[in-house]
Amino acid sequence: MKKYSLLSLARNALSYHENWQQAWRSPDPKPAYDAVIIGGGGHGLASAYYLAKEHGMRNIAVLEKGWIGGGNTGRNTTIVRSNYLWDESANLYEKSMQLWEGLSQELNYNVMFSQRGVYNLGHNLQDLRDIHRRVNANHLNGIDGEFVTAEEIARRIPFINTSPDSRYPILGASFQPRGGTARHDAVAWGFARGADALGVDIIQNCEVTGIRRDGGKVVGLDTARGYIETPKVGVVVAGNSTTIADMAGFRMPVESHPLQAFVSEPIKPILDTVVMSNAVHGYISQSDKGDLVIGAGIDAYNGYGQRGGFQTIEHTMAAIMELFPIFSRVRMNRQWGGIVDTCPDACPIIGTTPVKGLYFNCGWGTGGFKATPGSGWVFAHTVANDQPHDLNAAFSLERFITGALIDEHGAAGVAH
Amino acid sequence: MFLIPCPYCGERDESEFSCAGEAHIDRPLDPDALTDEQWGDYLFHRKNPKGWHQEQWHHTAGCRRYFNMLRHTVSYEIKAVYKIGEPAPEIEQ
Repeated sequence: MKKYSLLSLARNALSYHENWQQAWRSPDPKPAYDAVIIGGGGHGLASAYYLAKEHGMRNIAVLEKGWIGGGNTGRNTTIVRSNYLWDESANLYEKSMQLWEGLSQELNYNVMFSQRGVYNLGHNLQDLRDIHRRVNANHLNGIDGEFVTAEEIARRIPFINTSPDSRYPILGASFQPRGGTARHDAVAWGFARGADALGVDIIQNCEVTGIRRDGGKVVGLDTARGYIETPKVGVVVAGNSTTIADMAGFRMPVESHPLQAFVSEPIKPILDTVVMSNAVHGYISQSDKGDLVIGAGIDAYNGYGQRGGFQTIEHTMAAIMELFPIFSRVRMNRQWGGIVDTCPDACPIIGTTPVKGLYFNCGWGTGGFKATPGSGWVFAHTVANDQPHDLNAAFSLERFITGALIDEHGAAGVAH
Repeated sequence: MFLIPCPYCGERDESEFSCAGEAHIDRPLDPDALTDEQWGDYLFHRKNPKGWHQEQWHHTAGCRRYFNMLRHTVSYEIKAVYKIGEPAPEIEQ
């Protein structure tokens, strides 16, 4: 892999930028690998990258049914934060945050990680109590955060509606200064390029159609491009997790829902941070290109169609209007839906399964993007060592039998 | 947006309804007799088919009654609605 640098930029300028090398190869699948990751989204590519880098597994492949960056990686609102309430989640997302902070250097790829801060607004007394509790819990876990009053919010974001007369008045917020956004496509491309440079085969347009087992153990995969022998399979397929679990013959406690995101026409820089509200349920930031990036909740029904219902769009826009009346005449440019797999406790499942050699990383629901590097890091450890890392041990599939749920639902300022 | 034919009220906009998840789940008659696996399965595992799905809907802003629906989770086609207690229509996946 040729390193990207100022010098390489200058050198390639001389040849009119026509000689840049491909960011990653498109090899034919080999007949056998030491491990295969199903799913070439951000989490899958990060898993492959850390498997190769941290665990020395170089004879591995990532199978993607579509193309890199074509799924949820390119369909989210790019928010990164780690201010979760419970220790298990806080530690996992904070690991991810620490990896984000060095990721562009690590990958030699600008993922445009911008620590512009994240506000989680409170609109009633109980919201404020929860925010204080969460900020205090964050401090105990060494995670930055502060309580911000409505007056301070009005000073920092002058055009937000802090009128006490509004239906859901803004009474305060938590603020995580290290939170922010990253460029979602660049994250997928950077991990793909990094993994490829370490020898990982990234195979696109290669849908998995079956999981072959022998005595409760994985032996290989049937794919659109033939049979691939492998003793270890890591499944990182978001909304399609049930489909793959069905192939392996066990049930997954996830349900697939469309989650929509929106971008507006580009406007001049106005919003220099991320604002999220649980109560009116919307979140918004402004990309470097100038468009407002907006999201809200899932469509309530199960769905695999990568589109969403109109009433969800209306609800989302109503929430943004409530917070930012100034945006009332900004037009939306694009809207799209990704299929997220939601867990009963709104926390992911990262670990082993009833089938030996088969590992799942799923159930991220509406909030997976922020966890991309950390998710890959712990999952690589899980696949390489056949057991979870301390950071993801609590996120096991068994918790839905033992009852040891990690109840982030309603605890984490949700509105991922 | 779906146009949902409520069996009691006729066709109404989706915004009047709430989706209440998988239909035809019976609460175990004797929970104490179940293993942790069986209880966990009852509590947490839901069918999540890519295809036809039997689900409960609630006409929240209408007659406020529950009913069942047979809907496709990819095309979102609504094949049938039927009242609670009525048998589910036949489906070919």
